[in-house]
Amino acid sequence: MTKSRPPDRDGPEPEVSGTATCAVVDIRGQDDILRARQASRAAAAAIGFGTVDQTRLATVVSELTRNTLTYAGGGACRVLTRVTAHERSIVIEVEDQGPGIADITGAMTRGYSTGGGLGLGLAAVHKLMDDMTIETRPGRTLVRTGMTRRR
Amino acid sequence: MRVPILRLGRVLLTSLPADLTDQQVMDLQIDALALIQAGKADGLVIDITAADVVDSYMARILSETAKMVKIMGGVAVLAGMQPAVALTLVEMGRGMIDMETAFDLEGGVAKVGRMVASRGGRHDEVPAA
Repeated sequence: MTKSRPPDRDGPEPEVSGTATCAVVDIRGQDDILRARQASRAAAAAIGFGTVDQTRLATVVSELTRNTLTYAGGGACRVLTRVTAHERSIVIEVEDQGPGIADITGAMTRGYSTGGGLGLGLAAVHKLMDDMTIETRPGRTLVRTGMTRRR
Repeated sequence: MRVPILRLGRVLLTSLPADLTDQQVMDLQIDALALIQAGKADGLVIDITAADVVDSYMARILSETAKMVKIMGGVAVLAGMQPAVALTLVEMGRGMIDMETAFDLEGGVAKVGRMVASRGGRHDEVPAA
């Protein structure tokens, strides 16, 4: 069933929106990891994602924002949502101005780490999400990862 | 703020809040190990009922804490994991959590009790010949 818009209103149908930026969180300290996590969970809940998907997303945001803090001294986390007639999706973008990831293949490999961890972070993100792309060079790294569900 | 650690008999109890910074997890490890080293307890139960995210960092610190407690002579049990957290950890890969677990705090305390009893607590008397 399609809802009709009140005739006195312009603009997009609120139920079927384009891509909307739900939150931008500056990552400067450990507290910001928690803030970004909460923002992603709230955005996912707002477009009807279930508890398990919310948990996957919050975990992914935790991994990515910690990476940016550990390796680049900070960055920014953006949460974008998109709802169409047939599906809803959420995209997490984490960007920083750090040194870049020298060895992408290595960084994606379980057990590889240059930061003293177990090297499970990026590999875990890949497993929890539907897609992931990494653009990296010295001075700019952007990790973009998304999850899409049918409505 | 540091996460409080309670003592019940020879067992340390701690319940992690929903949002925990990396530093708070690390402080908890240090505090728990210090209490065990000081002879205050033989075991540790970490309740994570409230935690809605356990990422690879937290999983590693918790698992390492359990290993440290173990090689010091004690036992550590993780209790109360939410189903969505368990599912996420399994999907992330093998061995994210490498420690003893229990359904809830009560089960965790019981498990610590059994494990300490089966190996002998630190204050058990040496049996007379």
